[in-house]
Amino acid sequence: MNNNLISVKDVSVEFDYQENFFSKKQKIQAVKNVNLNIKKGSFMGLVGESGSGKTTLGRAILAANHISSGQVIFHDEQNDYDLANISKKDLKDYRKKAQLIFQDPYAALSPRMTVRDILAEPLEVMKITKTREETDERVRVIASKCRLNLEHLRRYPHAFSGGQRQRISIARALVSNPQFIVADESVAALDVSIQADILNLLKALQKDLNLTYLFISHDLSVVAHTCDEVAVMYLGRIVEHAPTRELFSNPKHPYTKALLSSIPSIDPDKQNKAIELKGEIPSSMNPPSGCVFHTRCQYVNENCKKTVPQLEKLNGSDHQVSCLRINEI
Amino acid sequence: MAVSSQQKEAYFTATQMQLVTTRFFANRAAMIAGSILLFMIVISLFADFLSPYDPTIAGRDKEYENGSPQMPMFWDHNGFSFRPFLHSKTKYRGADTNFRWVYKVDTEKRRYITFFPKGWEYKVFAFKVNLPGKNLDFKISGFAFDRHLFGIDSGGIHLFGTDKPGKDLFSRTLSAIYISLAVGTLGVFISFVLSLIIGGIAGYYGGWIDGVCQMFTDAVRTIPPIPLFMCLAAFAPDTWSSELRFFFIASLLGFIGWPTLARRVRTHLLTERSQEYILAAKLCGASPTHIIIRHLLPSFTSYIIVDLVISFPYMLLSETALSFIGLGLREPVNSLGVLLQSATKADVLLNYQWYFLPVLFLMILILSFVFVGDGLRDAADPHRNK
Amino acid sequence: MRLILIETNSYMTNLLEIKNLNVEFDTDEGRILAVNNLSLSLKEGEVLGIVGESGSGKSVTAKSIMQLNPGNTHYKDGGEIIIDDENALKFNSTKDLKKIRGGKVSMIFQEPMASFAPAIKIGHQMVEQLLLHKSIDKKEAKNISIDMLNRVGIADADKRFNQYAFELSGGMRQRAMIAMALSTMPKLLLADEPTTALDVTIQAQVLDLIKSIVKEYKMGVIFITHDLGVIAQTADYVAVMYLGCIVESGPVREIIKNPKHPYTIGLLEALPDVNNLDVPLKPVPGNIPSPLERPSGCVFHTRCNLYEEGKCNIEFPELKNYSVNHQVACLKVNNNE
Repeated sequence: MNNNLISVKDVSVEFDYQENFFSKKQKIQAVKNVNLNIKKGSFMGLVGESGSGKTTLGRAILAANHISSGQVIFHDEQNDYDLANISKKDLKDYRKKAQLIFQDPYAALSPRMTVRDILAEPLEVMKITKTREETDERVRVIASKCRLNLEHLRRYPHAFSGGQRQRISIARALVSNPQFIVADESVAALDVSIQADILNLLKALQKDLNLTYLFISHDLSVVAHTCDEVAVMYLGRIVEHAPTRELFSNPKHPYTKALLSSIPSIDPDKQNKAIELKGEIPSSMNPPSGCVFHTRCQYVNENCKKTVPQLEKLNGSDHQVSCLRINEI
Repeated sequence: MAVSSQQKEAYFTATQMQLVTTRFFANRAAMIAGSILLFMIVISLFADFLSPYDPTIAGRDKEYENGSPQMPMFWDHNGFSFRPFLHSKTKYRGADTNFRWVYKVDTEKRRYITFFPKGWEYKVFAFKVNLPGKNLDFKISGFAFDRHLFGIDSGGIHLFGTDKPGKDLFSRTLSAIYISLAVGTLGVFISFVLSLIIGGIAGYYGGWIDGVCQMFTDAVRTIPPIPLFMCLAAFAPDTWSSELRFFFIASLLGFIGWPTLARRVRTHLLTERSQEYILAAKLCGASPTHIIIRHLLPSFTSYIIVDLVISFPYMLLSETALSFIGLGLREPVNSLGVLLQSATKADVLLNYQWYFLPVLFLMILILSFVFVGDGLRDAADPHRNK
Repeated sequence: MRLILIETNSYMTNLLEIKNLNVEFDTDEGRILAVNNLSLSLKEGEVLGIVGESGSGKSVTAKSIMQLNPGNTHYKDGGEIIIDDENALKFNSTKDLKKIRGGKVSMIFQEPMASFAPAIKIGHQMVEQLLLHKSIDKKEAKNISIDMLNRVGIADADKRFNQYAFELSGGMRQRAMIAMALSTMPKLLLADEPTTALDVTIQAQVLDLIKSIVKEYKMGVIFITHDLGVIAQTADYVAVMYLGCIVESGPVREIIKNPKHPYTIGLLEALPDVNNLDVPLKPVPGNIPSPLERPSGCVFHTRCNLYEEGKCNIEFPELKNYSVNHQVACLKVNNNE
């Protein structure tokens, strides 16, 4: 039995889009043919720019978005949950095991509920605890793990700063004792000095509670510091997937190389020359044929415009790349 | 500015409602308007107790038709008196007054004001519905009282003067305020229920249901109110009792007024629905009922209260306008609009200016609603762009 | 408190000089001090980066130059913003303000959609802006605008000239905004988080663009951001702000390699660096205080590891020379005075 917690097999997510009542119905290919295995206990990073589909993929794995084709399987100790065809009852179970931490600490907490009520809501809705004392006890435990004081529980969200609110969000996600957490741009809205605090908290909680994370971000430096492995997405597809050190020291896909070269270095003496990508990110409604990156790639040839590359392991290592010309560049 | 930790803790643990009320109480203009509004509502509820005379034709004072307002005095050339009093007036007509009936003041005869005298009988909590069809008739007899706040030992006391048949304008104004407020309340209530249903369905479900509700709402909104009122009011037969007419006019106002409110309900719902904390609740598997009750309804309670208070003046004005042109309420039911109707003649303008006193009350009532509504809106949403 | 002028370039006159700027806001909760006795100067061709987190007052400072702050702002007496020998803080009439807004000074913002009116073509807006500030005719304004769009790297500039803002992608919009800001040839460009909302590959292009424009037109640029990496690559000088005060300033290399103020050190230690993955992230302890509760003495003392009771919470540290060009506002740092 593999130690994968989540197996994503050939998943595509499409949305219908109709500009108004009279225009033609169009399809947005948010995620296309994605294969991904998330191992138990890993801290996986999912990076991409706008339109890459990373948020959609994250939500699909949580069964918060529909899955148009393919399979997402959650391997629990007892059961395998097939998220594309899940029954209502199983979905309720799954909700206890997989949770989401939002990006915006100001919109993610209901301003009309005390912190105690916000943390208690998942327990009450999912009927995890039976008495009020049980609920309160669970709330206290998780609040102290996220470094929230007891007196904070009586307060309302407007009393807290961004970093503190994010800790409340994290506590809410953890109160149902999940195994899997999707953190969707969870530190993007925070100041740098607070960001480090939250990242350290996430790492500590992972050790303490045996969690598996999918960390979605556009900030490569943050991902480099916290994640074990990273998957890079472009226009709905995974173009590269490797352990963090390997990816950042030895990127293989032309897009990854361009992305990494664009990160402004803190060392003023290191003037990194960003690899310029021609053109703009294509629209998800009309993705390019063959390899979706071919319109901006400096290594493009005729084959790239016709054939769709698959994610393949390099030389038997853990480093996967999706490029037709990988052996030539 | 050192803030004590106690004050800070109070701020941290304050619910949204408490924050809103605190901000409201700090707004001086809104508080003044609110007190005035409260005062007017209270006096309208006690209208019968406060009126020395029956506001209908039954209470008219034949001795004092078209009389000017009478101000009680505490002091005249004969000395000071603790009890306020009025001088007597005698009717007089002569060549020097162009043969018009005029009242001459007799400063020797005093008439003292009495407090808590017995006067005309009025009923409290009495309710009579006289709808077409015998089964729908409904009556609660209520309690009868005959005490009033003040009266006078002889003659009449008319603080606001009287109109042509001699009806006391003070009593009429008080009962008019009550009727106008009642019609307004009923109208607001009807439009509120309608807009909650239609706006609620549109906002909660979105999609094509929203589209259909929107089309319907817009269609109703584009109907010009005045011609509609005129048509429907003209349909109301004269044989209808005043209570029936009252309900009819109130319902009309409600049915015309709901589109604006519905639109606001829908907007609130659409914004709140896409908030992230709603998604967080959904991801816990919360049912739609739970989301509506626990999250959506509390989120726009404060907005809805504001919307209701703000739509009140429009109801009042619509009712006044209707009654003013004769299509709304009619005698013997009098509202502020009905009172204003008698103020349209040039005669009145020149000679009987006290007929305009109800206008003052109408203005004060509407302005206080507006200020309170504004104050509530600022208190509920202080971060709107100023 | 005065920022002592950089000695190496002292023969060039200052493009911008801010002296003793104090900005307060009137709010329901009281008067908030947003900028505390700030002084800085800028010469042409220089890029000054202002780095700070929320509440640092960096945006307020920039907007004060163009008097773009909201109506409840108070500029305390004694403050001066000198552009071309005139004190911009004294400008009250629209005529005077027109000189700075879009004339000598241009500003680009974080959200490019906010710069362009959604229902008017961008070309039209650019031409309108030019006609306001230069006495040229419409045709010449159009030519200048299209030329500028070309220079910022927008392909098919004459086609884009006739398009609406929503028809352009995020990166193009930002570049169009830069084109609009530069078309009036300002002497000073204020960039308020211009790349924060952009994808990192687009950000790299926009930063390159700004750098080449600065070289070509010898403009002064004030670059406001929270991203130290961007500052390191783009700016010549940097000022670090915390709660309305400049706590450290100097050449970029010096500040990043040799930071002295505990806050600057804390920021650098909390920053994830792709080239340095082994170092754990060290957050700055505590929270940024609310502007209504400014700490007494040194504003950073509530979170400082060098805090000395009786000194740091009472005395306010002035910005003093640590070494040539490097100023620090800290009571615990040895100053060479």
